[in-house]
Amino acid sequence: MSADTLATARPAVELEGITKRFPGVVANHDIRITVQPGTVHAIVGENGAGKSTLMKILYGMQKPDEGTIKVNGTEVSFRTPSDAIEVGIGMVHQHFMLADNFTVLENIILGAEPKRAGRLDTAAARKRITELAAAHGLRVDPDRLVEDLGVGDRQRVEILKVLYRGARILILDEPTAVLVPQEVDELFQNLRELKAEGLTVIFISHKLDEVLGIADAITVIRRGTTVASVDPGDVTARQLAELMVGSELPTPETRESTVTDTVALRVSQLTVEADGHHALPKGVSVGDYAARLRSEGKRLLLDEVSLQVRKGEILGIAGVEGNGQSELIEAIMGIRAAHGRVELNGRDISGWSTLRRREAGIGYIPEDRHRQGLLLEASLWENRVLGHQTRKPARNGIWVDRRASKADTQRIVEAYDVRTPGVDTLALALSGGNQQKLIVGREMSGEPAFLIAAHPTRGVDVGAQAAIWDHLRDARAAGLAVLLISADLDELIGLSDSIQVIYRGRLVAGLDPREITPEQLGGYMTGAIAGNEEM
Amino acid sequence: MPAGLNRALLTVAGAAVAVVLAIAICSVAIVVAGGSPFDALAAFFDFGNSARAESNSVATFLNRAVPLFIAGLAVAVGFRMNLFNIGVEGQYRIAAICAAFVGSTFTAPAPIQIGIIILVAAAVGGLYALIPAVMKVTRGVNEVISTIMLNYIAIALSAYLLREPFAGERAEGQLNTTTPPLPESGMFPDLNFVFEWFGMLPPTRNGGLWGFLLVAVALGVVIWVVLERTRFGFTIKASGLNSPAALASGVNPKKMIIAAMVLSGAIAGLIGLPEILGDRGAYTNNFTAGLGFLGIAVALLGRNKPVGIAFAALLFAFLDRAQGALQFADIPASVVTIIQGAIVLLVVVANEVTNRVALRIEERRAAQQLGRNTPVEVAA
Repeated sequence: MSADTLATARPAVELEGITKRFPGVVANHDIRITVQPGTVHAIVGENGAGKSTLMKILYGMQKPDEGTIKVNGTEVSFRTPSDAIEVGIGMVHQHFMLADNFTVLENIILGAEPKRAGRLDTAAARKRITELAAAHGLRVDPDRLVEDLGVGDRQRVEILKVLYRGARILILDEPTAVLVPQEVDELFQNLRELKAEGLTVIFISHKLDEVLGIADAITVIRRGTTVASVDPGDVTARQLAELMVGSELPTPETRESTVTDTVALRVSQLTVEADGHHALPKGVSVGDYAARLRSEGKRLLLDEVSLQVRKGEILGIAGVEGNGQSELIEAIMGIRAAHGRVELNGRDISGWSTLRRREAGIGYIPEDRHRQGLLLEASLWENRVLGHQTRKPARNGIWVDRRASKADTQRIVEAYDVRTPGVDTLALALSGGNQQKLIVGREMSGEPAFLIAAHPTRGVDVGAQAAIWDHLRDARAAGLAVLLISADLDELIGLSDSIQVIYRGRLVAGLDPREITPEQLGGYMTGAIAGNEEM
Repeated sequence: MPAGLNRALLTVAGAAVAVVLAIAICSVAIVVAGGSPFDALAAFFDFGNSARAESNSVATFLNRAVPLFIAGLAVAVGFRMNLFNIGVEGQYRIAAICAAFVGSTFTAPAPIQIGIIILVAAAVGGLYALIPAVMKVTRGVNEVISTIMLNYIAIALSAYLLREPFAGERAEGQLNTTTPPLPESGMFPDLNFVFEWFGMLPPTRNGGLWGFLLVAVALGVVIWVVLERTRFGFTIKASGLNSPAALASGVNPKKMIIAAMVLSGAIAGLIGLPEILGDRGAYTNNFTAGLGFLGIAVALLGRNKPVGIAFAALLFAFLDRAQGALQFADIPASVVTIIQGAIVLLVVVANEVTNRVALRIEERRAAQQLGRNTPVEVAA
């Protein structure tokens, strides 16, 4: 070090041109971030924008293909997280990594045990932990079992664990996702104290109001690259949201209405219990049962959701993730047991299996294509068969009709512009956008009557996004009923004929997309604006 | 399909490397035990010094491969769906004794007699495998635990059945307990005539070359067709590769667990038949044990594909056959077990490596081809 005085002015972390490629997914591309020491630096972006990959790179869990990482002005190259810990970077994961049957103290020292003459030196550990806790205002009782602690306490243990290992730069991955508001306030108080002690905090989130409340600097990531570095004093939540979603993206605008009067899908009083499905007691209606559960203080993942989608209509479901969207989809698909009624073209399908529902004409673009939509290690044509294994052209008696399946996959490849060397290629060799186009093509095959499109353009490139929007619009014009679930508010407003807002398992507002702004929609989604209970 | 060929070649290369490494490891073990690896190698290829002994050795080798192949198939059907049917051992023992007993109770023309014995064996094996399947589907009991436990029950149960209800008359001076002997029509015709085609003497030991070999080959073909060409096989594959996706695609996981487990058990039921129908004509307390466990290794080695399992069974049988020859060469016969264990461990590693390499190659190929074929992505 030439001059110690300069050291303080050096950025704590400097990322230059970080690029990471994965087969089949949007990776990081030319990421540039400068984090000043002694600040809380927020990194915001949608789900799937590449925040987690970036943090894994910074924490040594993954190696970037290109680019440099500088910590306190020195270029570093991490092979494992222990390399990152060595230079003072610590990470608090979204999902806590604590041993429940250990005490707080044991958890904190686990893997970094102080030893004296070959024996565990508990006294030294206790002293150190008490000092750290006092210095940073992180109150914990070192002798309590972790299983007895609440979520907020566990998070403090995680933070202490990282500090104990000498971290001066803390990465917090979506730390508020699991906290209730009071705990969030407490966490923020802790973060301010850490900052006052000269520590640097990198704070990952997609909750904009929280970010504006705590951060000293904000970097926005969109589609794998850094799009802006802003000062929280200069931006509004609305502007941040625009930066996250990207206003220069092609607009998914749907022009003239094609909504008909025929109801394709009708859902009435769909209710999903949080602690497993129980049969309805005899003679009790769904409404009464749900009311009883509510009065008992039980949480309902879906709380008497009723909606209808007409032919030629796209109904958008807006909501912050985790408010019942997944449960709604899975209940309609018959994957998850639910109370209430689902009707397709006037027929009650509530008791039908997933297979029968699919055969009756329900298409399903799942929210996580790798989990629910694809066999990654199977060929494209086999993926075409998936979900259509009992229907033409895939089926031929007890056999899979390989020739017809391949021919039809070729049709999808051409019609949906799936970029692939051939239909025998394994699905994992395709980029995320091309995988998604294949899924869209598959689910539109066989003339579906109703389509569930969950985040249809998440993690795909701009070109594929525009193509998928076009396909959805064309299908709608041809009379398809679509239930669209998306976190991309512009997509939701642009494509939908009407929007329902889901909040804590309830539909709280029915809105007209022509009259709503993303800002207002955000208000409904977070419960800030009370719903109009139109239905 | 060059991509598929690529993958197949890589797999074979991986297996070959594993086998060579296993032999190297065992050579070290042999040297440590005070033997000579070259003597051991010679013993593996020492098929005897008379024409008759040679024929007998070849027949022993093939006869050993047949049940191993069937056992491998049985395990593989479960593995394809990530179901670990460790219970093949118990399923085949209980099926063998039941089939041997039922077959001894009546006399019918040979095709019918043998057909019924095969059906009984498959049915008993399938039913015994139904127990862990139902436990898993209704109560979520892990099939590994339940099938291991059921193995103990099956082994004890078959020992009991052999002593009491299913016991046949013991011949004068015989120490073995056995089920009543099968009628002549229950014995599967041998394939000794094949040896004459090659100008060899027909084998005489243990009933010669068992005709059940043909059933095993047919079974292998049928299983391949079922797994690779039918809708049932497709749903098994889908469930194994990605069960949430299979569920979302309308595959009923409970039905699939029951179907795959019962099919696995039914195949397992046939494991003991080559020996009973080809040689002993009864289930005795000398009945070959341990084939179900070996089947797990064979299925792993054969990567759950019928052709691979056939090669794996032949390799294991080849190694097993040499046990006698090794002892003559003053080398402990357990060397064979060490080689088999080492091969399986190394093959599991090699499979993982070749799998990754193959996927990487596939990705790169796709990327390259796309780079050439498509001009510039249209900016939206």
